[in-house]
Amino acid sequence: MHGPAALQLTADGRLKHLLTTEGLPKSLITELLDTAESFLSSQGQPVKKVPLLRGKTVVNLFFENSTRTRTTFDIAAHRLSADVVTLDIRTSSTAKGETLFDTLKNLEAMQADLFVVRHSAGGAPFFIANRVTPNIAVINAGDGTHAHPTQGLLDLMTIRKHKGDPSNLSVAIVGDLKHSRVARSLIHGLNGLGCQDIRAIGPGTLLPSDLPTLGVRTFHRLSDGLIGADVVVLLRLQKERMSSALLPSEREFFNLYGMTEERLKMADPEAIVMHPGPINRGVEISNEVADGPQAVILDQVTNGIAIRMAVMAMTISTQQDQA
Amino acid sequence: MTEVRSAEAVSQALNALIGSVGAAYEEPPLVVGLHTGGVWIAERLCQALGWDAPATLDISLYRDDFDTTGLKRSGLTEGMPSQLNGDHILLVDDVLYTGRTIRAALNVLFDYGRPGSIDLAILFDRGGRELPIEPRFLGQALGADGTGRCKLTGPEPLVLIAPRSE
Repeated sequence: MHGPAALQLTADGRLKHLLTTEGLPKSLITELLDTAESFLSSQGQPVKKVPLLRGKTVVNLFFENSTRTRTTFDIAAHRLSADVVTLDIRTSSTAKGETLFDTLKNLEAMQADLFVVRHSAGGAPFFIANRVTPNIAVINAGDGTHAHPTQGLLDLMTIRKHKGDPSNLSVAIVGDLKHSRVARSLIHGLNGLGCQDIRAIGPGTLLPSDLPTLGVRTFHRLSDGLIGADVVVLLRLQKERMSSALLPSEREFFNLYGMTEERLKMADPEAIVMHPGPINRGVEISNEVADGPQAVILDQVTNGIAIRMAVMAMTISTQQDQA
Repeated sequence: MTEVRSAEAVSQALNALIGSVGAAYEEPPLVVGLHTGGVWIAERLCQALGWDAPATLDISLYRDDFDTTGLKRSGLTEGMPSQLNGDHILLVDDVLYTGRTIRAALNVLFDYGRPGSIDLAILFDRGGRELPIEPRFLGQALGADGTGRCKLTGPEPLVLIAPRSE
């Protein structure tokens, strides 16, 4: 194995960082999902905090703003009894001219065990993982348009829980795949689990050209791509795309690709509807579908905490073994 | 891999355990099996006594050896009530050794509330305790022949094996 996948695994194939779902072997994805499921089963108890990572320190390094993702990482770390420190980098050292490398060395000196990194530049978590002192785990919480592996994994967990083994499922991803690290991480994860039918649906301006090399079939008409799908993944349409002239208007997008009850009937009657959030009602999804029986959007949020707990526990576990 | 107790010997120990548990309770307690061997024992015990199916408990998040041996996943927590409030619990495991697994299980149970009482039923005791924990019900104490590392394989048939010689 080589490239990004190699950086996150030990020589014997265990997870020491989580940077991308690209190239993650099926056995490891399955282990992550199984671990998250067992953690989820323990989240029914009245006292949800468990002692596993007591005494460990998790540092959130958010170079890019994200309340929601940061909150779920916070909850996951707190539920495992880790201490959590959040650095709002934009208002701290980097703004004073310190380099990323120097910031990193300072945090290491504070004896952190795990960095959760979010950055607007693709590759930043890899840079950090490459240079970090051994025994510190790095989790990518989203880098540019590149990857958002915990989101991809929680999507896989949700699909597996509701529909079973993804290898026999048809998964349709609708919307702006071009700027979506969520879609990319899900596609790599689905490929890792052997999914044979991945479809991308959207206007040409929002579908990246490399999709066919990832085994994804592209469709420009919703009616062509949605037929018989078991899983429908809607992506958030970012407002700023409108200003960059990739789309005429939000209303135009909803008219062509917005998920309504009527259109959802083209998919399998048992299909689930997913969305990474935050949802734009009336843009990607109608109220009826968002609040309807096929939507599993809030279940994704719950699974996200379990996935982040599993990733933290597994990476820290591997790192201390390497000590 | 060597057989420490054959399927027949395991069955005898299990019957002894079921007999003593059955004689001790007028009302069925909440039976909780620990993954994985304890779940098999708890299921057979409940079936034999005509009790409801047991709950199962994942204790991996409460283990005290994370710093040395890392994450060990066991199984799912299932069938636990949302709150324990004065409930009488029978904790079931296959092999008792240091007592650390039971310590972890007790901590999990107390995160469900305040149990009324907790009893411990063990199929095989191999000695070597490191904590003040003793079973109320015991299938069989392993003698000098069974003090090494051993593990119950199952669910059908149940056999106690030594994974490797020590």
